[in-house]
Amino acid sequence: MGVDVAIRFNLNGRPQTATTDPERSLLEVLREDLGLVGTKYGCGEGQCGACSVLLEGKRVFACRLPASRAEGKSVVTIEGIANGDSLSPVQQAFLDEGAFQCGFCTAGMIVAATALLDEKPKPTDAQIIAGMNRNICRCCSYPGIVRAVRRAAGRKEG
Amino acid sequence: MIPRHDWEAESLRAVGLTADYDEPVDLVDYRFADVPAADPSRREVLKTLGAGLMIAVAADALNAQEPARGRSPQRGRRGGGGGGGATTVAARVHIGEDGGLTVMTGKVECGQGARAEISQAAAEELRVPIDRITLVMADTGLVPDDGGTYGSRSTPSTIPAVRAGCASARALLVGLAAERWGVAPSSIDVQDGCARDEKGDRKLAYADLAADAEAAKALERGVSREVALASVASWRTMGVSVPRPNGRDIVAGSHEYPSDVVRPGMLYGKVLRAPSFGATLESIDLAPAEAMGGVVAVRDGQFVGVAAASTSRAEKALDAIAATARWSTAPHPSSAELADYLRTHADGGIPANPFADEVARAAKSLKCSYDVAYVQHVPMEPRAAVAEWEEGRVTAWVGTQVPFGVRGELARAFGLPEDRARVITPDFGGGFGGKHSGEHAIEAARLAKEAGQPVRVVWTRAEEFTWAQFRPAAAIEAEASLDDRGKINTWRFLNINSGASSVRPPYRVGRVDARYVRSAAPLRHGSYRALASTANTFARESFMDELAELAGADPLAFRLDHLDDPRLRAVLTEAATRFDWPNRTKSKEPGKGVGLACGTDKGGFVAACAAVSVDRDAGTIRVDHVCQAFECGKIVNPANLLNQVTGAIVMGLGPALREAMEFSDGVIRNASFGEYRVPRFADLPTLDVHLLDRPDLASAGAGECPIIAVAPAIANAVHRACGLRIRRMPIRLPNAKEEA
Ligand code: FES
Ligand code: FES
Repeated sequence: MGVDVAIRFNLNGRPQTATTDPERSLLEVLREDLGLVGTKYGCGEGQCGACSVLLEGKRVFACRLPASRAEGKSVVTIEGIANGDSLSPVQQAFLDEGAFQCGFCTAGMIVAATALLDEKPKPTDAQIIAGMNRNICRCCSYPGIVRAVRRAAGRKEG
Repeated sequence: MIPRHDWEAESLRAVGLTADYDEPVDLVDYRFADVPAADPSRREVLKTLGAGLMIAVAADALNAQEPARGRSPQRGRRGGGGGGGATTVAARVHIGEDGGLTVMTGKVECGQGARAEISQAAAEELRVPIDRITLVMADTGLVPDDGGTYGSRSTPSTIPAVRAGCASARALLVGLAAERWGVAPSSIDVQDGCARDEKGDRKLAYADLAADAEAAKALERGVSREVALASVASWRTMGVSVPRPNGRDIVAGSHEYPSDVVRPGMLYGKVLRAPSFGATLESIDLAPAEAMGGVVAVRDGQFVGVAAASTSRAEKALDAIAATARWSTAPHPSSAELADYLRTHADGGIPANPFADEVARAAKSLKCSYDVAYVQHVPMEPRAAVAEWEEGRVTAWVGTQVPFGVRGELARAFGLPEDRARVITPDFGGGFGGKHSGEHAIEAARLAKEAGQPVRVVWTRAEEFTWAQFRPAAAIEAEASLDDRGKINTWRFLNINSGASSVRPPYRVGRVDARYVRSAAPLRHGSYRALASTANTFARESFMDELAELAGADPLAFRLDHLDDPRLRAVLTEAATRFDWPNRTKSKEPGKGVGLACGTDKGGFVAACAAVSVDRDAGTIRVDHVCQAFECGKIVNPANLLNQVTGAIVMGLGPALREAMEFSDGVIRNASFGEYRVPRFADLPTLDVHLLDRPDLASAGAGECPIIAVAPAIANAVHRACGLRIRRMPIRLPNAKEEA
């Protein structure tokens, strides 16, 4: 077990310090030390995307990222995606399309879609599918999620 | 208005289930030392709903339950929590003095839409807008036992029960108004939560009912079996697309799943797993964990676990003691020999075909064997539980489809009367028939007891792949004979190991011998969406295509020729028409093919047409298009139904094309998403789903049936595309490569 160190980073727009074993995953530190349980554990192997967060605006798998890698960086979790009390356009689109069943993958999907739309504001369907393909939804709400991403991008239909 | 008892009987008849329907699951039999014998006669009543019509909810729930069972679970034992429902109106609906309406059900929400649909049912009968309803689900301390959430029973069984309870409350409001105003009840209408007289001058709200002591007593009376339910034609809230009530919390990331529950002073637990199935722990040294400081380690019988202030610390402690463990292992069959293994271990051997003489004399006959692999449910949220002890009582927040069954498991494991165990099931992350048991709750509770602090246990993905119950593998033997007009005149169909659902053909096939034969299942098994219907429908619908070919008939015409059931004919015709079956079968494009299949399960009727592209050189099958028609009586919530049907089709592509547990020497060899490939975005075919609404028929559930036709439609399409008949699920070409 490593010696605890203080990791300083920006979390959802606020400065944050976490004093912990630097080898622990960012996911575990977010969920267990910082009380942000919106980001989910789905596999711990970088295969499902349930743990997606934005690191410097890019989507990463928090389950595979040692917490120390957040040092000096900005981290945004699902709790930081909304603008205060109003949902972000991506969140609103997921809600409007009913793009979930159990909803356990939803936080990761919304984070991944946010990163995708940041990079490609008007993605084609092929780009949505390629951009989202590292996220798994076991309820298989994929068609609804594709519609939600289209809607968030301001596209009506395929 | 239709009397409620008719509805219930009709609904259950429609789904072909008896009132005591239950699903099998292999429970984990943790045996702890020093477990006192339970005294099941002790009862306590929780009073936690606040002011208003105070009710003995828990007492009602307890009265309804079965007596505690012994503690010797056997393979295949019932999942528990058969469910007696609410025996009083008050146990179903609580009316606050402020008019707040809290409706209670033992059902769980895990993505199938029960929260929306049960809220709709309550709002419909109470005649209030749906946002007036607060639905409390699956807290054994508060709600009546409506049985486990499985078997597609929420729609045909729980929804009528909730409607009856709420309609009874509405009837009391009408009765009180009639008495106060001195008018006939029939002259009173309830709208927007208020009883009104004919002119609309006088109003009486649910809050007034709650404030009337006499009326309050009436709520504690039984739910009337004669109470009239709203007719389909008058529905306002039922029959329309109501979104999930807590959807906003889900997109905001604020909904608390079982794996998110935090209790004061909570520790994180890890449980030692055997290195292989059937291995027994001989010895272990807990000292390395205890030496770490802040770590609780416990061995109790075969149970070994640790708890610490973080998951990674608990993992390190567990690794340290696991290194000291000595195990004795046991031989275990491998997945490579599974097909033979199941057949050679068939209970009583494989019976001979009773129609062997007819087969010998028949114009034509065919005999085929089919195999279906073990698969895992792989819900997105692994098994998770938080347990906490207080004064000899345990409370557990558990992701499970059978909260009352898990309460019983906890009580048995710790020798408690059932009222000393309370199970709360927050809306959780996926079940699919896989969460019928509560070993994770027992694990958390055992560790919490040792630690004297609450403990959370969340299984890793690898644990979930290895130790959760599997959908049983099947070996299927089919044989049929045709008369000289190409009509089937004998049919024999054996399902070995996976189960009896849909084992009988929906077709007119002359003499029938169709049954399920047990075998020595090598893996822990339990339910799955549609359970054996998937295997049986895969084999039967593949076999029907083979017979059609033998008869020289088109697969659609051959089926219709043998099909009387009008509902199944309707979905088959609908799917084929929408898909343009006659024209699409004419295409001769190399490597492309179409196929169809149909079936029925738990009151639902489904038909699917699939188009595939097969690349023989690359060894790949791609599903390009699925067109499915589905009917389950009157639709309660169209958007939710569409979600369920679409989700089932896409989920079904997994076991159809790729998913299969690989195991050898008692070890699962593909226990990760990297090695066990589930459907992803890139696998999405063009989807074309047609829901047939039948307002004249009782509603049936839809969580299961829509999955059964996909795989055989694909197998039939693959055959048309490349001439290969693959009698195995997953359907893979001989030279298929692993593609993770
Ligand atoms: S939990 Fe991180 S990718 Fe699955
Ligand atoms: S909605 Fe259940 S996993 Fe995506």
